[in-house]
Amino acid sequence: MAQAKPKKNGAVEKKLIGMADVVIAAAQRAKDPTFAIPIRALSNVSFNPRKGLIEMGEKKQARSFFNVGMAKKFMQTMLVADALSELQRADLTTSLREIYYRTKHTIQDSHENTFDTQDESDPIIEDLEVSLVALREELHVRAENSGSIVGPVVFGDDGDRVDCAKLGKGGYSVPSIVEPEYLEIRRCTADFLLLVEKGTQWNRLSEDKFWRRYNCVLLTGNGQPPRGVRRLARRLHEEHRLPVYVLVDNDPWGYYIYSVVKQGSINLAFESQRMAIPKAKFIGLSSADPERYELPRNVGIKLNDKDITRAKELLNYRWFQKPAWQEEIKRMLANGLKFELDALANKDFQYLTKKYLPRKLKEKDWLD
Amino acid sequence: MKPAPAVTAVEMGTRQREISVSEFFTKNRHLLGFDNPRKALLTCVKEAVDNSLDACEEAGILPDVTVKLETVADGQTPATPSQATRFRVTVTDNGPGIVRAQVPRIFAKLLYGSKFHRMRMSRGQQGIGISAAGMYGQLTTGKPVKVISRTGPRATAHYFEVQIDTKKNEPLVHENKQIEWTQPQGTEVAIEVEGRYQKGRASVDEWLEQTSIANPHVRLVYHTPEGETKEYPRTYHELPPSPKEIKPHPYGIEFGMLLKMLQDTKSHTVAGFLAGDFCRVSPALAEDICKAAKLSPDTKPRGVKPHLAEVLYKTLQTTKIMAPPTNCISPIGEKAILSGLYKQIKGEFYTAVSRPPAVYRGNPFIIEAGLAFGKGPEESVKPQQAAMPLAEGEDHGQDTELARVIRYANRVPLLFQQSACATFKAVLNTTWRNYGMTQSRGALPAGPMVIFVHMASVWVPFTSESKEAIADYDEIQKEIRLALREAGRRLGIFLRRKERAAGEFRRRNIFDLYIEEVVEACNRLKGGKLPTEQLKEQLHKIASTRTGGLKTDEALGKTGAGPEGLPHSIIVTMEGIEGEAEVAQQAATAPVIAGTATQSDQRLVAKAPVKAGKKSKSVAAIKDKAGQQDLFVEPASPVKKAVPPKRRPTATRNIRKGK
Ligand SMILES: Nc1ncnc2c1ncn2[C@@H]1O[C@H](COP(=O)(O)OP(=O)(O)O)[C@@H](O)[C@H]1O
Ligand SMILES: [Mg+2]
Repeated sequence: MAQAKPKKNGAVEKKLIGMADVVIAAAQRAKDPTFAIPIRALSNVSFNPRKGLIEMGEKKQARSFFNVGMAKKFMQTMLVADALSELQRADLTTSLREIYYRTKHTIQDSHENTFDTQDESDPIIEDLEVSLVALREELHVRAENSGSIVGPVVFGDDGDRVDCAKLGKGGYSVPSIVEPEYLEIRRCTADFLLLVEKGTQWNRLSEDKFWRRYNCVLLTGNGQPPRGVRRLARRLHEEHRLPVYVLVDNDPWGYYIYSVVKQGSINLAFESQRMAIPKAKFIGLSSADPERYELPRNVGIKLNDKDITRAKELLNYRWFQKPAWQEEIKRMLANGLKFELDALANKDFQYLTKKYLPRKLKEKDWLD
Repeated sequence: MKPAPAVTAVEMGTRQREISVSEFFTKNRHLLGFDNPRKALLTCVKEAVDNSLDACEEAGILPDVTVKLETVADGQTPATPSQATRFRVTVTDNGPGIVRAQVPRIFAKLLYGSKFHRMRMSRGQQGIGISAAGMYGQLTTGKPVKVISRTGPRATAHYFEVQIDTKKNEPLVHENKQIEWTQPQGTEVAIEVEGRYQKGRASVDEWLEQTSIANPHVRLVYHTPEGETKEYPRTYHELPPSPKEIKPHPYGIEFGMLLKMLQDTKSHTVAGFLAGDFCRVSPALAEDICKAAKLSPDTKPRGVKPHLAEVLYKTLQTTKIMAPPTNCISPIGEKAILSGLYKQIKGEFYTAVSRPPAVYRGNPFIIEAGLAFGKGPEESVKPQQAAMPLAEGEDHGQDTELARVIRYANRVPLLFQQSACATFKAVLNTTWRNYGMTQSRGALPAGPMVIFVHMASVWVPFTSESKEAIADYDEIQKEIRLALREAGRRLGIFLRRKERAAGEFRRRNIFDLYIEEVVEACNRLKGGKLPTEQLKEQLHKIASTRTGGLKTDEALGKTGAGPEGLPHSIIVTMEGIEGEAEVAQQAATAPVIAGTATQSDQRLVAKAPVKAGKKSKSVAAIKDKAGQQDLFVEPASPVKKAVPPKRRPTATRNIRKGK
């Protein structure tokens, strides 16, 4: 599995240099230099029900230099490729934001910037990930560290032993790159993994030592889980056979977070292979919970127009076609309400730890 | 408190006396344009120049007018022009001159003139102009008006110094002698006045510049108080057709006027009076009117009783009478307007519209409009240079410069009370957005543009006695709008065409811009070992074949094809001029005696070479080119399953926003 670092870097760097070769070769033959970039959109992904994964399709779009609409993007693509290859050569990792600053400058003899905002450079990095079939980690681009883990698991991080059972209620901050060559899982005695959408609930569970009582690992990504968090969950699931449960708000965004954890994202579908956890379960909040746990209607929030459109879109996704899921989403639409995890505090500050999750686990009340 | 003592008729009688003209003048100076020293200086110039132009045109002479402003030391050391409070205004023309006997009264008697008693289009109207200026000078400096006049090469020139007897409103001649004068014919007036000289809005400089725009047949030389000489050359070599005198139209008169006309007429019967003193009233119609007014046609005009006169007046207003003849007005004409705009305003596009004559309240009038758009071809081609590269979130400050309106009544610029003027209202009420301009609600359009509006009429209705704004009659408003709409439509065509060309142009530019970046990136990727010059050259070659070298020039209108669908317009590009090329050529080749002037917006020497004669190819040929243009689309992309480059917003994005 864990390939030696230098060899891997060499491969990625070669791919990046290959982009320069495309330009040179086209120029020699008086052709318009063009890259074929796989399309990162719903139109170009398919759901593989057997594997339970979203997979990227074959559709590609041309990015040509001598086309008014694409010229700037083409130029930007070359600049990003150049910056990425610099990282490879120097064996450094960096953030999306730093790449933006590294590649931003004013074009000679003009008042035009190569990039005006980071919104222009981020998608280009994603373009390169899919075109070169290289993971972001392999491109040495890291996301912000924004995940936390606590529970009976021991890591080796740069030679340091990190026992997540002995880090108090703060836990261990999940690095953005958790590939085996960067982070080693030395021991894991937990029975399952609970991936919590929000930091608030993760803190509550950690403070209440829920993980000790139920012998589990608590993981959060503070919202949409970053890649490091997803990848770590996947590794614990794969390497230590931990069942994964996902706890999110009851709204379309929560469903979507769950689906990304489970079968991958549309945007970076090719990464599903290494990120997705097809066996992950949705433990809550379910649209059935308010009734079952007697949450008063007044702690709900009315679905707005966007929520409704979004929920209807989800209903059409191939991976939400199971009857239980159709029922789940339709019930939310029928109620016309969404509920935040925080709303459980209406009953008791420790309701989540003491009543909600224990009952859920006991009743095996989850969706697949 | 004691009640105020009643005033007896005797006491009042002691106060009743003739009002002297100086008192009258002082009380009414704001109506005559002498409200403040700055405006007073302008008014003096204006009155003298108006008279010169009126006189020359009436005499059929192409006007040659020199205006000289000098500071006058007020006892102490001479002040700088901006500080000086006393000036000598000297205006010289090559007009018909003034017969010796008339000079004193013209320059030193208020309300004495040749134009008041006629229905004829002219600049001056009330016979108050030049003598009021003289009066103002006399009151503020005590100096007489100095006049030289010569009626022809064989006549002798006379020199006068005249003042007004302010009690009697009669001229006092201080000096009158024959002199040698270098000019074969013409008039020179010099008045010393208290004034202030300041450039900018509503200045002498602006007024002269605008005068020269609307009067390109005039050669104007201006010696500024700073010692500079500005020449506004003659670019149009025809005199405006001489306007004819007409009799008043019944719809255009007030009741008081009718009473006065009844008193003054030479006719012995009312019918004769109606047919003889009004236009468009035939003897038969006059009889009908009398019948309708229950008035015997043979009544003596002076015998018509006031209440019957009122009936007659009402009848006149309600009877159907043919509109007045319109040959009494002399428009500037499209060619001349173009010529004036072109020589005085730097731009890329010029157009002019003269409306057919129309009538308001029995007064014939003509509206003319013109546009000068752009900053000049040099300016528009070079990419605007931002002072600094932009930080995130910054943008290029949008050009918020608003268009400028220049207004004229009978060829005289109107510099004050813009917002009260019908012309200005019409500009605001025109939807310039339809023609490719930006415009905020209720505001002038934004952009580098000068909007020219002229009203020519026998009787221009002003909003007030000071004659600074044209009154907003529906008929006038409508005509102005129609003229502006047509001019705007042409501007729209021009802008669309330019945009299309700029698209092509920009296309090549961005490639040139990005090639550098792409090549440098490739070079770094290849470890700095790339023959970069060769790669750049190859890419530049591809760029120019892909963007179609020649086609760009065509789209930019550089091939000499005239501006199709753009009558009475001039388009200026770096390469030359299209459209009314002769007009532009005349303007460009007019003799120029360049002064020391460093006027930035003054086209002293037209830089653009003129491509005259190379006027438009056939319409079909141009259509053909347009066809080619359309065929030239994006190069077919080598990837088969290409989809539009627009990426659909991904689910992640949507949902994040919804959150
Ligand atoms: N420069 C001139 N050349 C010839 N005639 C002139 C000149 N200036 C004035 N006049 C005559 O003097 C008259 C009076 O002029 P002015 O007082 O300005 O009144 P207005 O211009 O309203 O008639 C004019 O109508 C014209 O006949
Ligand atoms: Mg006058």
